[in-house]
This record gives sequence, C-alpha cells and structure tokens, in this order.
Amino acid sequence: MPASLVQTESILAIDVGASVTRAVLFDVVEGEYRFVASGQAPSTAEAPFKNIGIGAREAIRNLQSVTGTILLGPQDNNIITPTQPDGSGVDGVVATMSAGPAVKTVIAGLLSEVSLQSARRLAESTYSRVVDTLDLSDKRRPDQQLDSIARSRPDLVVLTGGTDGGASRSMLKMLEAVGLACYLMPAEKRPMVLYAGNHKLANDVRELLGGHAGKLQISPNVRPSLEVEDLEPASNVLASLVTNLRQRQIKGVDELYNWSSGNLLPTAYAQGRMIRFLSRLYESTRGLLSVNMGASASTVAAGFNGELTLGVYPQFGLGENLGAILQHTEIEQIMRWMQLDISSNTLREFLFQKSLYPSTIPATQDELAIMQAITRQALYLAVRAARTNFPASAHAARTDLMPKLDLLIAGGGAIADNGSVGQSLLLLLDAIQPVGIMPFLLDQNNLLPMLGAAATRSNYLPVQVIESGAFIGMGTVVSVIASASYGETVLRAKLTYADKTEVRADVKFGGLEIIPLPSGQTARLTLSPLRRADAGLGAGRSGSVTVTGGALGVVIDARGRPLNLPADAVRRRELMKRWSHAVGG
Amino acid sequence: MLASVLHILPLATIVRERVLPVAGKVSAHLNQRVSPTDVIAEANFAREHVLIDVARAFNVTAKVADRMIKVNERDRVAQGALVAESGGMFSRSIRAPRAGRVMVAGGGQILMEVGDAKIELRAGLPGVVTQIIPEKGVVIRTAGALIQGVWGNGRIDNGTMISLIEKPDDVLTAERLDVSVRGSVILGGHVRDADTLRAAADVPVRGLILSSMYSSLLQMAYQMKYPILVLEGFGAIPMNSAAFKLLTTNDKRDATVNAEHFDRYNGNRPEVIITLPVTNEPEEPNLYETFAVSQTVRMKRPPHAGMIGSIATLRPGLSELPSGLRAVAADVRLENGETVIAPLVNLEVVG
Repeated sequence: MPASLVQTESILAIDVGASVTRAVLFDVVEGEYRFVASGQAPSTAEAPFKNIGIGAREAIRNLQSVTGTILLGPQDNNIITPTQPDGSGVDGVVATMSAGPAVKTVIAGLLSEVSLQSARRLAESTYSRVVDTLDLSDKRRPDQQLDSIARSRPDLVVLTGGTDGGASRSMLKMLEAVGLACYLMPAEKRPMVLYAGNHKLANDVRELLGGHAGKLQISPNVRPSLEVEDLEPASNVLASLVTNLRQRQIKGVDELYNWSSGNLLPTAYAQGRMIRFLSRLYESTRGLLSVNMGASASTVAAGFNGELTLGVYPQFGLGENLGAILQHTEIEQIMRWMQLDISSNTLREFLFQKSLYPSTIPATQDELAIMQAITRQALYLAVRAARTNFPASAHAARTDLMPKLDLLIAGGGAIADNGSVGQSLLLLLDAIQPVGIMPFLLDQNNLLPMLGAAATRSNYLPVQVIESGAFIGMGTVVSVIASASYGETVLRAKLTYADKTEVRADVKFGGLEIIPLPSGQTARLTLSPLRRADAGLGAGRSGSVTVTGGALGVVIDARGRPLNLPADAVRRRELMKRWSHAVGG
Repeated sequence: MLASVLHILPLATIVRERVLPVAGKVSAHLNQRVSPTDVIAEANFAREHVLIDVARAFNVTAKVADRMIKVNERDRVAQGALVAESGGMFSRSIRAPRAGRVMVAGGGQILMEVGDAKIELRAGLPGVVTQIIPEKGVVIRTAGALIQGVWGNGRIDNGTMISLIEKPDDVLTAERLDVSVRGSVILGGHVRDADTLRAAADVPVRGLILSSMYSSLLQMAYQMKYPILVLEGFGAIPMNSAAFKLLTTNDKRDATVNAEHFDRYNGNRPEVIITLPVTNEPEEPNLYETFAVSQTVRMKRPPHAGMIGSIATLRPGLSELPSGLRAVAADVRLENGETVIAPLVNLEVVG
C-alpha cells in the first residue's frame, strides 16, 4: 500500500552515537517512504561540550545543507514541526541514542542458573556493565552484600527471581539488602531499579524500594514459570529506564526527548525492535542477524521466528573500552587476524592508545589493517556471546557452527567505513563465519535503529525504506562446510544470469570465489558439492537457488567452518592477503 | 566543525573545582589564599556496615523486635554496647559487635556504619578560594602555565619541577633518578620499564611527568603513591614540542601534578599547573573552538601522533585519506615543514 493512502509524514531521525551523531530525513517520494539524506557531526555528550544538543544541531545543519530544507528555526534553533507551507520543517522526529558511559548494573536473582541468567540476559539487552551479582548461592552476609552494592555505585539494579506466586521469603531478603544499599547512597546517586520477578511481591517491592531507589519500575516477571523465559516486556521497561537514566546523566537528552515527543530509544533496543519486526514481517524460517560495531558497544540482534535475541556488549565496543578487550581475549586471538607483520606489544599499545581517543579514525592503511583485525575479534566475541542466548529453534548443524540464517545486516562505523565493501564483507565472514546461503546487507548510514524508532510513527516507513534499497547489497554469500585438503575442489558452481549466459566456477577448499552479479539483479545458482561438502543445501546435496546480486555479486566462501587459520604467522598473513585480494584488495 | 582544545598555555587563568567524594565539612573560607598542601575540606565516612537482625535473633516478628531495640537512628554506640534486649524473665540481649553509628533502627533490624575513615581534601594547587560549595569543597582560582595530559594514575602532589629530559624522545631510566631529585617533580620522557617507576618511589619523588609509557606498566603505575602524568599516551611517543618547550622553560619552578583520571564526561583530565605571578589576570582558556585555518593543532593518531602543526587549509566536503577512508579533513603543516592530510576528528586545537 502506498504511504500516501495512509500517512504522508516527513520524519527526521536523530541517532546520537558515542562518536558520531546522525540526522536522517525520511520522506514520501512518489507515494512511498524513502531515505532522503543524512547529515552527521561529531557527538557532543562528552566534555568539553557535555550537551548532546550541540552535536545534534550540527548534524541537522549538515543535513539542511545537503537537502536545502530548513529544519532548524532561525530564532530558537529548534526543530521546526510540523512541515510549514514554505516547505521548511518536518512532521515528526524520532531519536535513538547509544552515547553515554556503560550503565553500571547490579543483577539479582534467586537461582544462579535460572533467574540470575534471565537477569543477565535482560541486562545484556542494553548498554550495561554488570558490577555485582546477588543470588541465593551468595555466601556473603547481608551487610557485606549491601556494602558491595553501595561501593559499586550502580546506575541500575535489575531484580528477578521467583516464579509468579512462588518463592517470596528469600526474595524479600534480597530486596532488603538492595533497599538498604540504595538508602546508604546520596539521594542524587541512587540507582534506578527494575523489578521483574514474582509479581505477587510487587507491593512489597514498592514498599521496600519505592522511597530509596532513584526510580522504581516494575515489569512482568521474566520467569513467569520455571520453564518459560519472557524478556520482552521487561526489556521494554528497561529501555525506558535507560532513557531516563541518560536524561539524568547527560545534558541535552531532555531536549532530544521533547523533540521526539518521547520517541527516544536506546539505539540497540531500536535495532532489536527492527529485527524482530522484520523477522515477523518476512516470516523468516531460519533467522535474521544484525550486527553493529560501534564505539560504545558491539550489538548483535537475531530474530528467529519473530523471537528476538539481543546482546549489547560494551566490553567489545571499539571506543574507550578498547584496552579492556584484553580482559576477554588473548592478544594472540587478535593477532591471528592481522595482515601486517607487527608485534603483539605494538598491538597492545595501539589498543590502549586508541581507547584514549575513541572518536579518531585510522589515517593510514596500516592503522586501518590493525583496526580491522581488532574489529574482527570484537565481533567474533560478541557473536559467540550472543549465540549462547539464541533460542532452541535456532538449530545449528554442529555446536561449533552458526545456525543457518536468511539475511545478515551489518552496520556501525567499524564495518561500514572500511575503505571498500569487499573489506567489510571479508571482516563479517571472518568474524561471524556464517553457514548456508544468504544475502549480506550493509547499513552504511546506520539506518536500522532509526527505522526501529520511526516504526512508532509509521509501520510502512521501515519496510518501504528497506525495500527501496537504502542498504547496500553486498552480495549473496554461500558458505561451504567441507572436510578437505587445501586446494582440493569441493564445489562446482554455475550461475545462470537472466539472459541465460552462464559462469562456472570450480571452488577449491581454502579459497574465496567471487562470481559477479550486479545489485538489483537475480540469477540462478546451481551448486554441485564434492566430497560431501555442504554448500547450504545439506551435506553432499546439489541443487539450484535464486540469488540476488550486490556490490560483490555471489561470494562462495570455501575456507571451511569453523575457519581454521594456519598456526604459522607468515603463512597465515599470506592467506589473509590472498583473501583480501579476492574481495577487491 | 567543533574542536576540543588541549591546553598547553604559558599563562592563563585556571579555575578548578576541588570536591570531596562524599559530603563533609569545608574548612576553607571565601577569598582564602591556599597553598597546595592546605586542607580545605574533610569528611568522615564509614568503610562498612553491620546489619543486626534483631527479629531473627529473638525469633519474633519485626514489629515485636522494634520494641526490643534500644538504640535510635544517629546514635553513636561503643563496641559491646547494648543495642537490643528481649526483656522478660530470661531476657537476652544483643550488643554492638563494633563501635559505630546507627543508620537505621526499624523493621526488626539495626544497621550500623562502622570503621570510620577520615578524608582530608587538600587544595592541590596554590590560589585563591573563589567559591565555597557547601559540604563538598571549593573553587580555586590561580594564574600560571597549564599543560594537559591524557592519562593519570589518580594522584596529586606538588614540588619543584626538575627536568631530566633533553629532547622530546628521551627515555627516562632508573639511573637518572638519584638522591639529588628527592622531593621533586620529575619531567621525564618515555618510560619503558618498571625499574624506573620503582626508583622514583624509592627516591622518593613528588611526581612524574612523562611523554609516554608502555601500557604494560599501567597496573604498577596505579599502585605508585606519587602522581604519574602521561602527556601523549601509550607506547614510545615523543613529547609534543609545545609541551616540551613550555615545561623545560619552567624548570626549577613549583609545579602541581594533578594526575587525575581522564573523565570524558565531566571533563576532568590530568594536568600540570605551574603558578606564576601576574599583575593583570590573563584570560580563561576556551574549552572548545571551531576548526579554522592557522590554528595550532596536535595530531592525535599515527603516523604523526603527538606532532604539532598548523592548519593550512580546511578541505571542503569529504576527502580520501591514505587509509582509503573518507572524512572531513584538513591539510596540516607540521613543524618539520611537511604538509599532511589529517581527518579533523584526529586533531585537537592547542590553546
């Protein structure tokens, strides 16, 4: 249905990232919503600016200069709404935000393997860093617990535990410790509290914590019964709490909230919402995966049968936390992705130096190569962390493999700004190591979260914008699982174009094969695996599929799953260079 | 495009807030002239708490237990003092396990804060108190040279600055740190080993101002009792020429090394302040500027990290960098005469 029959609003979307603030205009063109243009500016949440409004206005001014449409009022410097007869202004504003320090979070649950895990997954759905945990197995005395909480000065406490109508006494003890810890903190520093446990205790929670928490929100139980976990209602409440927290922490967030009439969402939450929406819309039988590598966090959102798994990992963000990545991985694990012959000490200094200047970008090819290696490992870790939370329906052929997916959408500066689409694609293949056959899309303007926010104003907008080609089609990837020696042929592929011309390729194990297929075109791909290789159709199974084109075309990744890199550094670097060359250098 | 400013200033008015981490008592008064070691505020805080569950101990309800509690909120109690008593013929009692203050008495429980600790907040820099922040601290105003760094180990001290650096890429070694520099703030270059940090502690020194150090020394640097301030960052990075010139020309002057952690959100960053006598108060430096031609800038990233230059041209639109990325960029004329392209996000204005 054309948008003109439903609503014809122009929407300004603002995304405040840790490094970059974007202003994006969506409008109706020829009856359908389109991404019109984007303006960007450095973010200004940090000192010396300390006001995100400065960066937001700068981004909007840059957008104005691209579109020629006046969006900021000349007198008050505020966004003009609605659209004026002279064409200035917009009809609506939505906003997303990931800027701000990681949210220091205490999680509490009754059973460490049940409700505490739910609390952890809930906390991982936003920009949180868990600073303390409480559960029944905690051997500390209550006073030690409350001292520990007070010392960690949390921004947020997530309380879960008890099935609805279930255990209450142990839960009340825990609530007391949290309540007393809140009481001990200065009023202006008291944490916000989300209670998502046994709903029968809601009144007790209000009584015990209501007067002491920075703000108390009660959501439906994340564990209504032992067998059922339902994070969605609680994550909605958590998103709103995090927005409230940012309003308290950072100047200008209130203004953004008012501009957007309350449609201000944490970026990762909006990204997740969009993936859930797309998963339901396209009735994806396998799954959709979206990854975003930003300065504040790495975010992985996966939709399986309309169910969302959202993981936000500030510890794998590429900004100020970069030095701390070594608490989660060995430096050799980053070195394995390195095309350059540098020492691990050089890499270590790079990590710490970059964390001092999170908003800077690689100016030389060597720096870019180092940053790409770091991004690979950060994404590798983020995807593996997220995979542990994928639903049982996301079946993988082997525990060390990814489940098959229908689509991958990648965004964030570290992926989108890589010098070439080929390098971005190779980075994704190395880090995610997908299996099966699926198209890869590159969200170079970070639109996905903004579309998630815009969906609150128009259901048509996100669908029409995505279908209009706002994302760059990188190509269709065929990943081959095979057991063979390097150089052995594992697959015969034939691509039949619309004009019936054909291209054939013998794909050798350990290599990447690119068959051109321009964006917007489809072709028939026939796959004939050898040596019982699995090219997405089953082990040793041949067949044909229709594939869509992209910047690279059809990319057949026959390097094996999982990707085993040679232990010898010289050989490994040589291979990395060869693969890099295969995708365009 | 807006630019953050790195202060490397020979003379400026410097206004700094000095506050306690917890509420306390401010002892300094308005217009008081303070020296760096003067105590300006102090606070007592409890290191820990003790929770006494009276209801559980007496096996009664919280309401009944509340009637058995013999102390009130804010009461100071000595170790062993009676805090609750069950009453009756076989009365049982609960005594304070440690000396402390009652924070909460109710709900069948007593919460005490124990292990009092005292914090003394020193002025940290010489100057005049221009504002009292009740229960928190003061604002101090002074004039002098200001040199900002990028990393600090969280400590602050002051003393006579002695330069042990001859050229910006010098390495400071343990051998240079002998008894002749005891009680001084040392201006050094790059530190590459733990021995140097240990030698500085043994002397002892009042502070280290370094161009750079290896990140492997971070853990040890945090443990040092003296301030360590790094101007350029991690690795082996020479000191930028502006800081080098300014600091070496102030050799033997009193310097305050405030090696506080770089907090990107509140703007606090490690800095060296060298107070200078003035007849007319100089201007306060700008916190940020807009990039413009002729501005002096410092390169934040390789291949020219730490180098000082001036903006020759601001390029319109996006420019392709040697890395292949496209960004808003400037041509920067470096001090060695070379002109290089640099993305604006990799530059900071010096001023």
